[in-house]
Amino acid sequence: MSDHTVKAYDKDLEILARKIAEMGGIAEKMLGDSLEALTAFNVDLARGVVASDPRLDGLQREVEEKAVLTIARRQPMAVDLREIVSAIRISGDLERVGDLAKNIAKRVIKIAPEARLPRAIIGLRHMGELAMMQLKDVLDAYAQRDLERSRSVWTRDADLDALEDSVFRDLLTFMLEDPRNISFCTHLLFCSKNIERAGDHATNIAETIHYLVTGSNLPMDRPKGPTAGVQPDASAK
Amino acid sequence: MTDVMLDARPKAAGAIAGAGLPEKITLRNLRFYYGDHLALKTINLPLYDHRVTAFIGPSGCGKSTLLRVMNRMYDLYPKQRAEGEVLLDGENILSPKQDLNLLRARVGMVFQKPTPFPMTIYDNIAFGIKLYENLSKSEMDGRVEKALRGAALWNEVKDKLNANGMSLSGGQQQRLCIARTVAIKPEVILFDEPCSALDPISTAKIEELIDELKAQYTIAIVTHNMQQASRVSDYTAFMYLGELIEFGETENMFMSPTQKRTQDYITGRFG
Repeated sequence: MSDHTVKAYDKDLEILARKIAEMGGIAEKMLGDSLEALTAFNVDLARGVVASDPRLDGLQREVEEKAVLTIARRQPMAVDLREIVSAIRISGDLERVGDLAKNIAKRVIKIAPEARLPRAIIGLRHMGELAMMQLKDVLDAYAQRDLERSRSVWTRDADLDALEDSVFRDLLTFMLEDPRNISFCTHLLFCSKNIERAGDHATNIAETIHYLVTGSNLPMDRPKGPTAGVQPDASAK
Repeated sequence: MTDVMLDARPKAAGAIAGAGLPEKITLRNLRFYYGDHLALKTINLPLYDHRVTAFIGPSGCGKSTLLRVMNRMYDLYPKQRAEGEVLLDGENILSPKQDLNLLRARVGMVFQKPTPFPMTIYDNIAFGIKLYENLSKSEMDGRVEKALRGAALWNEVKDKLNANGMSLSGGQQQRLCIARTVAIKPEVILFDEPCSALDPISTAKIEELIDELKAQYTIAIVTHNMQQASRVSDYTAFMYLGELIEFGETENMFMSPTQKRTQDYITGRFG
């Protein structure tokens, strides 16, 4: 896109985009490391994830401050305004992904001494791989303003929901089989929920990218998979 | 980048919410010449009744010219002519049969620089009314007060109606000019950069006033201030080099314009 007449304006937007890219890198690494720590019960790696979180939080704050200042100074319009609003929204999603990764890491530190049931981890690993792919794709889509790619992230979230549902059933079975599994499996249940939530944030980012590029919103009714443990209930609407 | 999305869509999306609203003024194939120079190139545009339409675009794009056509202000100058049609309530005002005084009473205009007459505040208002109507003193007093109230100036000047209009501040002078315009009960008011010489407080007062005035009048405003256009108007027209590039609901024009030139202009990327 052509440059602004005021060069400093371009610089403001550049700084915002750069900070989002940095946040994306950190969130991706945190989630990846937390999943690796989970599958290998690697406590050191988990501690590293917990230690990365403050940097991500700090960056989110910087993005918000920069965005607010830019709005105040430049009174952005059209694509510029969408750019800035999107940066605020995406930074919020990435910060949450970091929190979810941190929560997984903390649980790893807690359950590592009583690690059991390698079978239970397999489903979580699949979920993790899918969530990581979603996050990576949506960050690439943001960097390239790639509508098609962000849209495929948006539709693919249903797969992650379906996987979570199957993981939920597996963990329930393990708990029913042997009550000594309950504490361990409950932590894993939370981990699977966290991974699924991270996927939701990737979907949010995909929606934001759509808004950023087109100026319009994606429809409300995203394709949805089954929700773990929740039976479809018409009266619940 | 996002540019690919632009220009692919139709210029004026068929889904303009105004479609269906009565059109107070309709421009049809309007072309305007300064001598041999074609300054407006086949403009087609509605001004919806009781709505504010903003005209934006870089200097020299023809937006003030367009405004001057709507009350045939250009007739005062030689070698300027308009072709096509400008329909006011369906009647072509470009017709040679059009009574210009009547037209300018129906389509009032407020200029960039406040232009009070060198006379008292009271007479500034009464002057125009006397041209069209023969009122008693008390009737005239009422009309002057109503006009000054309508322009949100009454409280500031009610105790000094005999002071010279030129003694008011710039913002007050501009509101005096608005009062003078509304005093003769026009149907359309044309604002040509009404706030460009005013401070932010006076600007806010004029903007507030425009919002109130649209209940009674159809309003067209030319402004260089993008934020102002986005605040005060319901519809926005973007012009460039004598062409109408894009026309649409203000919200859409400023959040997601369909034309690249519109976007470049409103985001400050022009030239």
